[in-house]
Amino acid sequence: MAKREWIYGWLFLSPALIFLFTFTHYPAVNTIISSFFSTPKGRRPAKFIGPENYQALIEDEVFWTVLENNFWFAVGTIPTSILLALAMALWVNSQLKGRTLARMAYFAPTVLPLIAVANIWLFFYTPGFGLIDQLRGGLFNLPASNLLGNPDTVLAAMIVVAIWKEAGFFMIFYLAALQSIPPVLKEAADVEGASNFYYLRRIVIPLLMPTTLFISVNAVINSFRLVDHIFVMTDGGPNNASSLLLFYIYETAFQYWQTGYAATLTVVMLILLSILAIGQFFLFDRKIHYR
Amino acid sequence: MTETTVNTVNKKNLGRRFEFKFDFDTVLNTFAMWLLAFLWALPLLYAIWTAFHPAAYETRFELFAPLTLDNFVKAWNAAPFARYFLNTFLLVTLILTSQFVLCTLAAFAFARFKFPGRNILFTLVLLQLLVMPDILIVENYKTIRQLGLVDTIVAIGLPYIASGFGIFLLRQTFMTVPSELDDAARVEGVSFLGLLLKVYVPLAKPTYLAYGLVSVSHHWNNFLWPLIITNSVETRPVTVGLSVFAAIDAGVEWSVINAATLMTSGPLLIAFLLFQRQFVQSFMRAGIR
Amino acid sequence: MKIRKIAQSWLGKCLGKSLLVAAFCSPLSLSWAVDLEFYFPVAVGGAAADTIQELTDEYVAANAGVNIDAVYAGSYQDTVTKALTAARGGKPPQLSVILSVDMFTLIDEDVIIPFDDLASSDEDKAWLTSFYPAFMENSQTGGKTYGIPFQRSTPVLYWNKEAFAEAGLDPETPPSTWEETIEFGKKLVKKDADGNVSRWGVRIPSSGFPYWLFQGLTTQNDVILANSEGNETNFDDPAVVEALQYLIDLNKEHGVMAPGIIEWGATPKAFFEGQTAMMWTSTGNLTNVRNNAPFDFGVALLPANKRRGAPTGGGNFFIFREADDEQKKAAFDFVKWITAPKQSAKWTIATGYVAPRADTWETEEMKAYTKDFPPALVARDQLDFAVAELSTYENQRVTTIFNDALAAAITGKKGAAEALAEAQEKAEAILKDYR
Repeated sequence: MAKREWIYGWLFLSPALIFLFTFTHYPAVNTIISSFFSTPKGRRPAKFIGPENYQALIEDEVFWTVLENNFWFAVGTIPTSILLALAMALWVNSQLKGRTLARMAYFAPTVLPLIAVANIWLFFYTPGFGLIDQLRGGLFNLPASNLLGNPDTVLAAMIVVAIWKEAGFFMIFYLAALQSIPPVLKEAADVEGASNFYYLRRIVIPLLMPTTLFISVNAVINSFRLVDHIFVMTDGGPNNASSLLLFYIYETAFQYWQTGYAATLTVVMLILLSILAIGQFFLFDRKIHYR
Repeated sequence: MTETTVNTVNKKNLGRRFEFKFDFDTVLNTFAMWLLAFLWALPLLYAIWTAFHPAAYETRFELFAPLTLDNFVKAWNAAPFARYFLNTFLLVTLILTSQFVLCTLAAFAFARFKFPGRNILFTLVLLQLLVMPDILIVENYKTIRQLGLVDTIVAIGLPYIASGFGIFLLRQTFMTVPSELDDAARVEGVSFLGLLLKVYVPLAKPTYLAYGLVSVSHHWNNFLWPLIITNSVETRPVTVGLSVFAAIDAGVEWSVINAATLMTSGPLLIAFLLFQRQFVQSFMRAGIR
Repeated sequence: MKIRKIAQSWLGKCLGKSLLVAAFCSPLSLSWAVDLEFYFPVAVGGAAADTIQELTDEYVAANAGVNIDAVYAGSYQDTVTKALTAARGGKPPQLSVILSVDMFTLIDEDVIIPFDDLASSDEDKAWLTSFYPAFMENSQTGGKTYGIPFQRSTPVLYWNKEAFAEAGLDPETPPSTWEETIEFGKKLVKKDADGNVSRWGVRIPSSGFPYWLFQGLTTQNDVILANSEGNETNFDDPAVVEALQYLIDLNKEHGVMAPGIIEWGATPKAFFEGQTAMMWTSTGNLTNVRNNAPFDFGVALLPANKRRGAPTGGGNFFIFREADDEQKKAAFDFVKWITAPKQSAKWTIATGYVAPRADTWETEEMKAYTKDFPPALVARDQLDFAVAELSTYENQRVTTIFNDALAAAITGKKGAAEALAEAQEKAEAILKDYR
């Protein structure tokens, strides 16, 4: 029996594995290898340079700026989008009026291509006649702002776009989890005279923990992956104030054509993500009790 | 808890939503929900506003501004969108069916078989969640070129059809299938494939629908890889058409861009509008936690 | 052709799960004698793509035995990415329009060949010298011509005549010097009761690629940013620092321009909305402004300081090394044809790009066009003062360093001199390998 399982296991897995290895692992391994080589240029082939790319990385100011930005981007997006997603799910799951429309509104950003809606956000942020400034000027008579043109505010402006894009997606996961909480718990809480807030804090939120972990894994990955809007809105500027790691990798690989160094940056990102996400995954997996 | 009880709980629960006791609470929560919904819908509302009005009203919001369909006409004529829509449709169908087949088989293997190397292989699958295919473009281009598939719809889909997310999601659903069902089927002499098709797949139907919508909206909107791997009108998806409007020499023309955005993501938005109840419920029944 | 593609994609779809698919989908041999693949970017909207397709079809119809597959390749950035990805994957196009400033990168990657190699007859050699010298600066290096100007542009000054009249200025006279820009600007700035500015004097965009418009200022200050070998920059020259200080002071000192980084994409709209009375932007905007400005506007040469000056910009034709001799010959012939006066005129009128040869401007079509729309001539007249757009080896890297320095200075994070000195140092470190 055990031997048969062994064979079947591999048989069922192999089609997916062939594609995974061809289009993910094989190129990824190539990437890791090329991080130890110089960038091939024209007739000069790549040559082995050992850890030289990694030394360059340590001395690269832009890399550290971008890493710091990415840290703040993650700090700015992950907790807020998770909290908002939870609030959205609780509202949409309640008996409040207009919840169907609200659900539609919350989920719409998931369907719209970021590269296109980035243009809309560009309008919102435009100084003078942009929506934010029209409201500021119209309601409070405030002077024009330049959120994207100021290194101190640009990252925050990008964080807002990212939260808008992903909160509704996460909401769906919470919504599903909320539905699987047995209603007897709510009844029991009511009998005990527990307040809504108490019920939420002591029963709902603990029961949602596995979902929260799953969402936070996705949120962590997204905080490294969501860069489409940067291309349209700021190009990473001013002076790299809104550049993120993946955007910098893209620039290095496809604008500077420094493939060796881009590979090095990719390896760093993979290590970071592996530590963060895979760690979370296994934590999360252990917490779930499969029936 | 067994799957059957989970299901009955779910069904009972559908009628009993989370309630807020006090009226003050309800008013406050309703207001907050609407406010957030309005903020979230604002970009879409703005897109609709500009798409149906002349360019001069991009920044002016007057109730009686003249309506026009010119922006859509302009957008439609800027690229062979009819063909692009067909290509996108073929592309997402191809990706989705392949993903379903491959991920189902793999997820079943991870959920039900014990074999050496399982944990390592599963970690490798999870790794695909982290490795952005956009970064592997140069390498993947070489592979596709060696396969002689440059400029085909298949080539756009190939790197995505074994999806780590899909395998992970389905594995989770499959793991909630009670082993009694499993054993009963085996006693009757059903093969593994039969077991998968007759027991597991039907039980995971909602997961397929949910995953399908997520996958479709992702691939509908993918841009860079399709642009690079395709050359002709006969293979390119709508997003490539959409990119004509991201012209940098001239300024941003919001009215045309937004008309094009609505046009290209319109089918998705309408599909979600029509199916959102089923979609959301499928997520609920899928038992994703 | 179409049927083959559809069949191929469907065949592939049915067999998608098998690697055998490769055997079925390998390209069938075609009956064409010469097959060319030609990548082009679009940076001014959909009309440009249609015009290129029309011109290509016209050429193919007139030249039996040549088939040209014109491939829309996205923005300029997308196009160079696509072309180099394809080249590294072993299948570059034979011909492509790519930003002229990417010339050194393409040479460095060893993917293009000079046109001189293909110009055999005297007529061909004469043709190579028939373009405006300002455009050729970005197309030649080491005595060889690598690029042929095609979709080229230059920044010009647009001004709102109504706003000028309202501010008590002569609506027909734009500022012609740096000082006049400040002087006029101060009159043009309009504030509301709360002291909030509702109209600025001038708008020089600085988002994304600030170096381009800034290069207008450096040229006017009579300094060149990089040598023609593309291996030495001049970022810390005092004249460059002075130009940057002028740009900063337009806001800081004189209050005639909005603070911070100014978005390129929103600039025409700001102009239409009356948020600024003057703007510097590409001639690629002529058609846009003509169609959308709700007021009378003028187009002028950029103002002068020590001299008049502006950079050129836009894309050139490049021929790729990988092509076989027949393909190269056909590509050369096609480029010659499409840049000839008749075709060039059609292209310029459809898109607003600057026709790159003097004889194009002499055609009947162009004469009629410029008579109807004189501002189109301003770009041509500015070519007498124009210089090469900043371009070096490892161009995008060096340019980004420079852009970052400009952004740091404009947003007040660093002083002009300090930012530029740092940029020069970093550029040196990169370029010293190329000397």
